[in-house]
Amino acid sequence: MTGAAEPRRTPLTDLHRELGARLVPFAGYEMPIQYASILEEHRTVRSAVGLFDLSHMGEIEIDGPEAVAFLRHAVASDPGALVVGQAQYSMLCQDDGGIIDDLIIYRLADGRFWVVCNASNREAVVEQLDELLVRGDFDASLDDRSDRTALVAPQGPNAAALVAELTDVDLDAIGNYRSARGAVAGIDCLVARTGYTGEDGFELFCDADRARELWEAVTTAGERHGLRPCGLGARDTLRLEAGMPLYGNELDRDTNPFEVNLGRVVKLEKGDFVGRAALQAIALAGPSRMLIGLQMLENAIPRAGYEVRANGTAVGKVTSGTLSPTLGEKIAMALVPAELSDIGNTFDVVVRERPYRAEQVKLPFYKRPRD
Amino acid sequence: MALPDDLRYSKEHEWVRVEGSRATIGITSFAADELGDIVFVELPDVGSSLGQFATFGVVESVKAVSDLFSPISGEVVEVNETLRESPELLNSDPFGDGWIAKVDLADASEVDALMDADAYTAETA
Repeated sequence: MTGAAEPRRTPLTDLHRELGARLVPFAGYEMPIQYASILEEHRTVRSAVGLFDLSHMGEIEIDGPEAVAFLRHAVASDPGALVVGQAQYSMLCQDDGGIIDDLIIYRLADGRFWVVCNASNREAVVEQLDELLVRGDFDASLDDRSDRTALVAPQGPNAAALVAELTDVDLDAIGNYRSARGAVAGIDCLVARTGYTGEDGFELFCDADRARELWEAVTTAGERHGLRPCGLGARDTLRLEAGMPLYGNELDRDTNPFEVNLGRVVKLEKGDFVGRAALQAIALAGPSRMLIGLQMLENAIPRAGYEVRANGTAVGKVTSGTLSPTLGEKIAMALVPAELSDIGNTFDVVVRERPYRAEQVKLPFYKRPRD
Repeated sequence: MALPDDLRYSKEHEWVRVEGSRATIGITSFAADELGDIVFVELPDVGSSLGQFATFGVVESVKAVSDLFSPISGEVVEVNETLRESPELLNSDPFGDGWIAKVDLADASEVDALMDADAYTAETA
């Protein structure tokens, strides 16, 4: 990808260094993996509120009279079903149904959308959307705003009370997967109730040059809410407990949405779109593989890439695995042949050349308590 | 943090404390900090033979899996069973309660190939 090139920086990279974060290369960026302790950061998000810098992620604006028609053609979901202010989880698929990236699409106005994509896939997403836009001669424009946009995400049960102190926006009116434009700490933001942690929380998109001001205001107000800055290490264990897929682990171009339990995202009935024929065939026949949840019955931590066996035969691979900080269990997601998938089935995960027993459990591993 | 000066240190960030023909081994505070929260440790079997600088176990942090390399060769006579339930001792007290194994030294002269505290401090600076 970027190879030996200088890593990209977010508007907050210097601040992370000042905070003592450990910075690692991630998707071509230099990103904080942890500030002090991944476990503590993880628990802070489950019990109070954690603050993430996600400015590396891509924000692509689609604007124009045919923005709806274009996006309905380009992605697997139906952005036309969104009301203004609403968001949906989506995927960009190839003609063969393979996943180019997973996305969140926000409808900002009748003919204006934001497509938020993974940093590692930004170029591929822009390229695909650009090509489809030109080829279909849609009356809409594409603007890759990623470098001008920062994303600061307070996540956790105290996030709403914290953000409420900094804004006049009525947060009660912003339900899950909804958003509104408004000032937070005097900074113009898109305030979205979305996230990737399995907790309630917000994603605050603002101009890159206001990012530091926003981060500092949220941090200061967050003191009495138990806020802690959190890195990508905690983000990974949080999303894994919540059963959320990560591109490059659970998702790639050789994987289709039905294999990873995301068939509900695909709206076959909306008319023609990229990948429809292939996805319809998979929907009819059923996927050949399934993404499953595993909980270890023996004492070893499953990790991405480890072999999964059934009755002594290799049948698949772990896509993500960890010791769950919330549950205290060793958990994994794995892709296995669909016919072997059933809650309660047992598998072996090969750790350092030794098989360890694991049981298939329901996904997600963790669901937040709701009132 | 100042390193204990009665220990010898390896480039792989393990320490050894020699008392007669018996040695205690563990990982350094530098290694523990680099790894982050340690959540799992795989200990060697009592009675197994360790080779100098050969792998003898595994530690896992939330994110990473790392081999342990023995700073000396010898036979394992005792392992720190407490670490199985409390691997976080490797972070909180790496030179004390977080010791990993006790070994009957095969060749006391191997210790000479290891660094003293000053040399190790310079190595990790």
